[in-house]
Amino acid sequence: MSTQEGIRPAPVPLVLGGARGGPRVRTLRRDSWKRSPLITQGYLLLFVVYATWAAFQNSNYYVGASSHRDLISPFYSPCIGASCVPGSHGSFLLHWWTYSPALVILIIPLGFRVTCYYYRKAYYRSFWHSPQACGVADGHKKYTGETRFPLIIQNIHRYFFVLGVLLNIMLTIDAVMAFRMPGAGGIGVSVGTIVLCANAVLLWFYSVSCHACRHLCGGHVNEFSKHPVRHGLWKIITPLNAKHMQLAWVSLSFVALTDLYVRLVASGIITDPKIF
Amino acid sequence: MADVVMRIWRGDSEGGEFQDFPTQVSEGEVVLDVVHRIQAEDAPDLACRWNCKAGKCGSCSAEINGLPHLMCMTRMDTLPTEEPVVIAPMKTFPIIRDLVTDVSFNYEMARRLPPFAPKDPGPDGTYRMQQIDVERGQEFRKCIECFMCQDICHVIRDHEENKEHYAGPRLFIRYMELESHPLDTNDRRELLREEMGLGYCNITKCCTEVCPEHIKITDNAIIPLKERVVDASYDPVAWLGRKILRRTKKTATEAANHRTDPKPVKASQ
Amino acid sequence: MAEYEQIDLDVVVIGAGGAGLRAAIEAKQRGLRTAIVCKSLLGKAHTVMAEGGAAAAMGNVWSEDNWKVHFRDTIRGGKMLGNWRMAQLHAQESPDRIHELEAWGALFDRTKDGRIHQRDFGGHRYARLAHVGDRTGLELIRTLQQRAVALDIDVFMETKILRLLKNPSGEVSGAVGYHRPTGKMVVFTAKAFVLATGGIGRSWKYSTNSWESTGDGHALALWAGADIIDMECMQFHPTGMVWPLSVRGLLVTEGVRGDGGILRNSEGQRFMFNYIPEVFAAETADNEAEADRWYEDHINNRRPPELLPRDEVARSINAEVKAGRGGPHGGVYLDIASRRSSEFIQRQLPSMYHQFKELAGVDITKEAMEVGPTCHYIMGGIRVEPDTAASTIPGLFAAGEVAGGLHGANRLGGNSLSDLLVFGRRAGMGASDYADSRTSGTTVDSTEIERIIDEARAPLAREGGENPYDLQRDLQETMQNLVGIIRTGTELTQALSEIDALKERVPNLSVNGGIAYNPGWNLATDLPAMLSVCTMVTMGAIERKESRGGHTRDDYPKSDPAFGKINFVQRLNGSGECVVSPEPLPEMPDELKALLEEGAH
Repeated sequence: MSTQEGIRPAPVPLVLGGARGGPRVRTLRRDSWKRSPLITQGYLLLFVVYATWAAFQNSNYYVGASSHRDLISPFYSPCIGASCVPGSHGSFLLHWWTYSPALVILIIPLGFRVTCYYYRKAYYRSFWHSPQACGVADGHKKYTGETRFPLIIQNIHRYFFVLGVLLNIMLTIDAVMAFRMPGAGGIGVSVGTIVLCANAVLLWFYSVSCHACRHLCGGHVNEFSKHPVRHGLWKIITPLNAKHMQLAWVSLSFVALTDLYVRLVASGIITDPKIF
Repeated sequence: MADVVMRIWRGDSEGGEFQDFPTQVSEGEVVLDVVHRIQAEDAPDLACRWNCKAGKCGSCSAEINGLPHLMCMTRMDTLPTEEPVVIAPMKTFPIIRDLVTDVSFNYEMARRLPPFAPKDPGPDGTYRMQQIDVERGQEFRKCIECFMCQDICHVIRDHEENKEHYAGPRLFIRYMELESHPLDTNDRRELLREEMGLGYCNITKCCTEVCPEHIKITDNAIIPLKERVVDASYDPVAWLGRKILRRTKKTATEAANHRTDPKPVKASQ
Repeated sequence: MAEYEQIDLDVVVIGAGGAGLRAAIEAKQRGLRTAIVCKSLLGKAHTVMAEGGAAAAMGNVWSEDNWKVHFRDTIRGGKMLGNWRMAQLHAQESPDRIHELEAWGALFDRTKDGRIHQRDFGGHRYARLAHVGDRTGLELIRTLQQRAVALDIDVFMETKILRLLKNPSGEVSGAVGYHRPTGKMVVFTAKAFVLATGGIGRSWKYSTNSWESTGDGHALALWAGADIIDMECMQFHPTGMVWPLSVRGLLVTEGVRGDGGILRNSEGQRFMFNYIPEVFAAETADNEAEADRWYEDHINNRRPPELLPRDEVARSINAEVKAGRGGPHGGVYLDIASRRSSEFIQRQLPSMYHQFKELAGVDITKEAMEVGPTCHYIMGGIRVEPDTAASTIPGLFAAGEVAGGLHGANRLGGNSLSDLLVFGRRAGMGASDYADSRTSGTTVDSTEIERIIDEARAPLAREGGENPYDLQRDLQETMQNLVGIIRTGTELTQALSEIDALKERVPNLSVNGGIAYNPGWNLATDLPAMLSVCTMVTMGAIERKESRGGHTRDDYPKSDPAFGKINFVQRLNGSGECVVSPEPLPEMPDELKALLEEGAH
């Protein structure tokens, strides 16, 4: 029963699997693990339905000089389609695009959020059920994760981040423009101004707290002590990054609310009260 | 003293079943205390691992009411006692007996990891590192190897076939520790992408949720690694940058074979 | 006939804590076929429990520090009972061993200029402990584990060794044991064996030690014929948790005091000022103002009495509680909340913070901890030759807690981790050199193997006998009550007869269930070692009729200089009984003696 001299014993088995034991059930959890993915699913669906509806409206997205305001919905900014209403756009227009301009512009925030490391968790859990909750069997026969097409495309998140930043700049300009009160004494502040400003600020927080941003600004550095500026940026972004989920939900909700507000004012259902 | 029923899995690779142990719980007791009492009084052959009983060694991992926990750090008064407390072995690993599983998958993956390959030390034979340079790695070195993150990760929990090509969260934090180590000279990014299965992770964060050391496994290790892999493989600008600056990246094979034996430290006498 | 697997190697290291891993790394680096055999999984050994740090006179924080000061602190802290050569090697080599860990990937906390930071600890004149927060042991074992894996050292996890075997010419040549997961028997044959099995604390009721610390190595060496020294010198750590009962004995790191924590009794008095012994009076502050200034200025102030060596602090706490000035659960208060900021505490002592928060519901940044002495460490152990870590029988080496000599009658905090590294390496060197030059074969007696296997398996076959857990509980009660922190002659004699009575119950142990991963059976195979070791501790304690370091006799409360010159050595006599004999300490050279004088530095 002895192993021969010189033959290396293999104390670590090279097979990685083996017969599993334990109870063969989908999960032993007894808490309400189904609730969270359902809420996520419902909320995301609600947003998608509203955003799709709003994007196809192709109207009521701009409150212009006739109301002594300069408010544009974030879904439609920058307005670059041929059908943009007067006052809502600059000189750059895609003349061949005659459908709703929102359908062009929304690709950026949509792409940014779909490839976002937080939203990925949210929809993989709530829509794909892989897994629906921790410790609950995912039920799929095979699982390849993000190793092949189409999910391998998630890796372009950082490009959507850059585009998202450009869009944030546009929306910031919109927010600054919202201080203009055309024909009513030049500059002022209305509820609409505050809504657009808050929207821009929240979007900036969401973008800056992004994992790709954290990596590009400083995370890729190994010796922080030799790159004080990058380390400083990384130190600022890191605590924000920990709040990325919260910022994702708040900014998403606020974008829709901002569109809704502009839409209500533009359609004349409410008026935008001037504060001072 | 509160009455509670402990429903503990008894069995081996041939099969098994839950066995109920009614018991009384005193103030401050943790699950492991109760399991020990059952061992000492009712079932001396009830198999469970434990060592430090202070949350420092990571031996006593088990699934309590469906989620992995350290038995020594789970106080009985945090569990509902109206229903039985269900204790099962970790699902992802082959069973040995009762609550003990064969965790050699993790040791094998640790063996496949290309080890730390440091730069040469300074003229006095020692290294200089700033606190800010070591802090990121120190978070990952808090890991007590309880393997609960490996257990809960659905990539291998629900798909046994992925074990061949997936290192798992415990190893990903180790890779991140080395990849961001100020002294390390290896480049394991292609290895991570091609052979260690980083792309299998779909960042659903269960590993972070169960970590008893509260290591931010996903945010601080897996996602940064994914971004580093993007630098190496999916980012055309980074590719162009490498071409212009004539920088190279290591292939998976080169990374796996990269070994520099650390220089012996200079004798201080 | 009993079946077993036989595995042949050059060097077998028993134990995978810091010392065992370091020894195996050394042997493997020298090209020998090396394996580690350990009772638990790799990386779970007791070293992970070490919190405060590893003492090494690197002089990174106080440039005044050097090996000579460290040597002096170790010998004086050990109440002059330590082996001078071991203390010298330890003080000289520990800085290199720490730096070496960095080359293997360890990440210690840093000083401002990027070197390894060092913290204050009891009994060390300067801040000397390299550390990572309060989880230094984890860092150390993980670094060594990862180095061992990188070197591809074979590890036999969850394998318990029952006995050592000798070849016909008396050299240690084999070890019989079993794999816990399967219960299958295994025999390792090798040219050299290193024991690195750690401590014996499992035999006490309130202990910082885990189930593993059953004194296997002490017993294996004794049974094989080696000399064991100083077994009466047992360290009770002054600060263990006392509440809740289920965690009683759990370690509270000395780092709490090193970082500014102080001890108060139930009357709010900082009582340690009343317990400063003569020998440390010159270097210990006698008022609170000076003690508090010391943290910032070590040169012009004397150290706080909370940082006296562990034996002094443990005895003082014991005395306070006995005098009725203890807390509701029989401890005293360790307070850092009122002295340091919440951020500081959470940064420096994160695992203490979590331990109290999660297990006791106490927020140590807001409240004081209630603490009391707990069985922690055995200074005594296998007598070794300092330079090679060779035991007194050929082919057997020992390092770490299982080896005796370095710490004398009391170990300083932080000296254990550096001990593991320095003497782990030396044991690896000694074993490798021995294996390289060994010419005799490693043939072992198969009938003896079968006898050992049959004996080990007997409880499985026996019906209706005694539950091993009952025997273990009775042993723990005996040791806790009669061979605790304060001892008397009558109680020790009583303990000895109780242990003898317990030994007679061993042949009647029986366990149900199979051989695969059966903790009841595993305990039954641990008990013989536990009982042997407890006998040695008690016998040593009876002989040492004085108080010194960790050994305190109520009937002989003073130190006796005559006893300070001898070790009590225990070994088996011709008829297999353990006997104690006093033997003189090795004579310290004059130039080292000079280092011990006050003001020598």
